[in-house]
Formats: sequence, C-alpha cells, structure tokens
Amino acid sequence: MSTTTVTPAPKTSGDEIPWNKHQRQHLTPGDWVASIIIYGLIALAVIAVLYPLWFVVIASFSNPNKVAAGDVLLLPKGITFVGYAKVFANARIWRGYLNTIIYSVVGTAVNLAVTIPCAFALSRKEFKPRRVILFLFTVTMFIAGGLIPNYLLYKQLGLLNSMWVFILPGAVSVYNVIVARSFFETSIPEELFEAAQLDGESYLGYFFRIVIPLSSAILAVIGLYYFVGHWNDFMTGLIFITDDEKQPLQVVLQQLLLVVQGTATNVDAAAQQQAADQIKFGIIIVSTLPLMVIYPFLQKYFNKGVMLGAVKG
Amino acid sequence: MATQSLSATPAAPAQDSRRPSSVASGTTKKPNIFKRIAQHFRRYWELWLLSAPALIFVAIFAYVPMWGIQLAFRKFDPDKGLTGGDWVGFYYFKQFFHSPLFGEIMTNTIRISLWTLVMGFIFPIILALLINQIHSTKVKGFVQTVTYMPHFISVVVIVSMLNIFLTPGSGIIGRFLGLKASWATRRRSLPSTGSLKSGSIADGTPSSNLAALAGVDTSLYEAAKIDGAGRWQLIRTVDIPAIMPTAGILLILSMGSVLNVGFDKIFLMQNSLNLPATEVISTYTYKIGILNSQFSYSTAIGLFNTVVNFVFLITANAISKKISETSIF
Repeated sequence: MSTTTVTPAPKTSGDEIPWNKHQRQHLTPGDWVASIIIYGLIALAVIAVLYPLWFVVIASFSNPNKVAAGDVLLLPKGITFVGYAKVFANARIWRGYLNTIIYSVVGTAVNLAVTIPCAFALSRKEFKPRRVILFLFTVTMFIAGGLIPNYLLYKQLGLLNSMWVFILPGAVSVYNVIVARSFFETSIPEELFEAAQLDGESYLGYFFRIVIPLSSAILAVIGLYYFVGHWNDFMTGLIFITDDEKQPLQVVLQQLLLVVQGTATNVDAAAQQQAADQIKFGIIIVSTLPLMVIYPFLQKYFNKGVMLGAVKG
Repeated sequence: MATQSLSATPAAPAQDSRRPSSVASGTTKKPNIFKRIAQHFRRYWELWLLSAPALIFVAIFAYVPMWGIQLAFRKFDPDKGLTGGDWVGFYYFKQFFHSPLFGEIMTNTIRISLWTLVMGFIFPIILALLINQIHSTKVKGFVQTVTYMPHFISVVVIVSMLNIFLTPGSGIIGRFLGLKASWATRRRSLPSTGSLKSGSIADGTPSSNLAALAGVDTSLYEAAKIDGAGRWQLIRTVDIPAIMPTAGILLILSMGSVLNVGFDKIFLMQNSLNLPATEVISTYTYKIGILNSQFSYSTAIGLFNTVVNFVFLITANAISKKISETSIF
C-alpha cells in the first residue's frame, strides 16, 4: 500500500490512517533502520534466553567428556542416557522432589485459601476498616523484623525443621492480596452483588457461589505465582531445616551442583567434579521441567494477570 | 453511612433534633459507640471471617518479628527468649560500625545493589519499549512468553548454568572471552554477573510496563505523526512518557530495598576467593546470626539495613514527587 516517501511528514489528505500496530504506512529509510535495530535487539534477547535452555537440554543427552571439551554447540554429540540414569537412581533427588511437591501443593492451597477471601473482603467499598487493614498490610512490605527475630519466632512456634515452615510464614503475600483485590474491584460487576442481595444472599453466599466461579483467571495467576515461589524456594530450607530428609529439591540441587566450584585443584575434588558433571544437566532439566511445561498452558492467564496487577493504580 | 445495607437502619445520627449537640453529647456518646461497633459486626461479620486468617497470619509472622526488633538493643539471653535480656542500647551497632569488616561489607552491598538497581530498571524498560514495537500480535506474544521464562527458573539452576557457561575451556561464554582462570574466582565479576541476572529475572516488570504502553491513546500517535515524527521520535516522545509513571513507581519501590541485595544469588556465588568482594549485609547477617548464633548483633545489623532502606525509600519518593508528580505516599 505504501511507497517510501522522501520526508517523514505524512500527507495531510483525507485518507490519513492513524498509527496503529496492524498496518504499515509511509515508511522512510529512517524507519527501516529503526525496525532493523529493534527486531535485531529483540532477536538477541530471545536467543539469550532460549539458547542456554537449549544447550542444557542437548548437553543432558550428550557425552559428558564432549561437553567438557566444548564440542557441543547446537546438537547433542555422543548421545547417552547415562546422566539421566544416574539422576533417576539418586535417592536424594527423589526425596527432594517429593518434598518439594508436597510443600508446593499444600503451600499453594493454604496461600489461596487465605489470600483470596481476604482480598474479596478488602474489595468491598462499604467495608470501612479496609483502609486501615490495607495500610497495616502495606507497612509490612517495607518494614520487616529481619532474619533473627523470624528465626527465634519459628523456634518458639516449633516450626524449625518442620514441613510447616514452608507453608505458614509465607501464607500471606501482601502483594498478591493487593493484586487479587484489584481484580475483584474491577472485574466483578457490582450489579451482580445487587442482584444477589435481592435474592437474599449474604456476603459468604455471594463469595462462594458467584465470585469464586468467576475468578478462575485470578486464581490461576495468583496460584501460579505462589506455586513458583514455593517450587524455587531455596532459602527457607537452607536456613530453617536441619534434617537432610526434609530438604526440598532446590537445596538438594545446591548441595549437588554448587558446593564444588572454583577450587578444583586436588584429585579428590576433581573426581567429585566429574561425578557432578555427569548428572548436572540431567538434574537441571528434571527440576525445571514441571514448571516449564505448565507455564505455556497458563501463559495467557499470566499476561492478563500481570496487567491486572498493573492497573492497581 | 453505608449505602448498601442488608439489614435495618443505621445508628441514630448525631444531629438529632431532640438532643442539643453541645452539652448532652458528652454523656450520650459512649453507648453510641458500643452500639455502632456491635452494629458494624452484625453487618460485616462475614467479611471479617473471610479476612481473619490473613489478618492472623500477618499479625503473627509480620508484626511479632517487628516487635522482636528490640533484640537489637538487648543482650540476648537464651533463657529469656525474644524480649528478655538486658538493655544495652547501641552497643551492637557500635560493634558493627567499628568492626574491621564494616567498610568492606558496606562497599560491596552498595556497589552490588546499585548495579542491580540500574540494570533492573533499564533492561525491563528497554525490553518493554522494544516489544511494544512489534506489529504482529503472535510474535509479540511469543517474545513475551520467552522473555518471561527466566522468572520460573530457580536461582540455584541459574547460577549453575552461569557456572557452566563461564567455565574456562568448555563453557560457551568462557571460551568466547578466553578466560584463563575460573570466572568465579575473580572478585570483580560478581557484581556484573549478578546484576545481569537480576536484569533478566526482573523481566516480570516489563509486563506492567507493557500494559501501560498498550493503554496509550492512539490519538497521541496520530498527533505526533502529523507533526512529522519518525518511528524513533514516536518512541521517545510518546512511549517513554507513558511508561514513566509505572516505571517510576517501580523504581521507588526498588529503592526501598536498595540494601536488600538478593541473598540467594550472592550466597550461591560466593566462594573463599571472591569473598572480599562479595560479602554483603544479608549474607553476613546470615552467617553470624544463624551459623554463629550471635542473635543480638545480627538483629542490630538487620535493623540498620531496614532503616537505611526506609530512608532511601522516603527520599526517592520525595524526589519523584518533585520531578514528575508520581509518588507512592
């Protein structure tokens, strides 16, 4: 439709089309350069994210010696499943996996059960205390007790070295409460509430029978946020758990992958390094796979959800 | 008074003609308040029920530890627990300031956190601006998905991958840069790698930037085009101002954690050789607090950390208010 014009100024004739993202118009040489730069940078960013992942995938199938020698670049070399065999045979990894699954699922369930009702209550404009409550919540985002007071508190509550330390302290994320509250304020029309009132519904009835069924988007988004937080949590286990049996996957990974690094000078350490090398890629894949698989499916909810958070204003 | 009521009339208003407002209000107010409270609960008990669990959790796990901050001013006594122990004032703070490690820790913390701040602020904006320029919605969605992916990968995995790629001889980047010694041992490398990573992980924020961009009135583009703006100028004059409020708020919020340099990444990348350049407040607090059980000392440092963060937050907020009229408080 368009030919390149000499100057950037568009025609002032009646068929002027406003700039919109679905139509090209009146491109200038300058615009072409801009496009190249823009798409070039984007391609760079995409590659920077995708290539490392791809590399880990192919390296996990490749002969570890070839990998160490740097032969593996785009395709696997010397396909072998030895690495995976070792990973699956490792009992610590399985235990860590099981722990992580339990902590994440139970944790997320608790998270949602606590966060969503509260967000709903805070979204009711007629509920006067909500301002105070929100203020008190927000304060906690900036002022925190610190590591030691938390540690001592957990000790007194008997949470140390227990599964519940993964679930109870983090039950409420104020940020998620705020995001969910925005959702309830903007996406559930008030007419529904008025209609429910006419039918004699109470708040509880309205919440469970009308609001929840309509909230699948926000439940998915917040649920996913929480779940990922649990799955990748590394600090909680490191600091508050002493029994190796109870450690989640991430801590097991840290022990296997990162303890030997940077100082492989003696034979012992080198042998350890070798053993670690063989399973390293397999472990990475095995631990990250579940999230990577879930993500594309929930992706459309995610983009919508993050935008909801942005509208909070 | 509430406009939507499920039950009967609200409490008797203060301007009741039967009651002169001046004298008698002193004696008749008290029953009013209790009555009002009872009425409030009768109407809203369900909302209180729904929010109760959250309130309890926040009270226990956020406010009780805050109360425990006073440990910073007390000598910890195992028998007396969180709040017993003798009052020692600023003893532990002074101990920290005079400690030989103080200079090192503070320098590292500030350096790493400034790097992180800059990277974590600039990258997402650039990314959002770029993505916004994509014409095809399919490609746009794809790029968004891809760039958001690092968010899902755990820190442990990312640091491992970083180590793999930087290994001299076999790692892609390692060979590319021709490194002789292990990257991990070089002191200066940590801040840059840490901040690059946080730049990529911070890719959660582009989505909100994007949302702001998507909401830009198309007539602005029109007007700019009529004035003869080329593509680059369009970005400069329309997109960037549109993003600024969101980005500004995010910047203020991150200023509030300027000293909270991510414990995770730093801890995972530390080793005995790069320690002088990598020990930061959070890792130091962990080591002496949990590993060495110096509870009071560690709490004092933590409190110092929080206070400094708060000062930064207020300052950033005030500056932002002056410059662009966007602020949080």
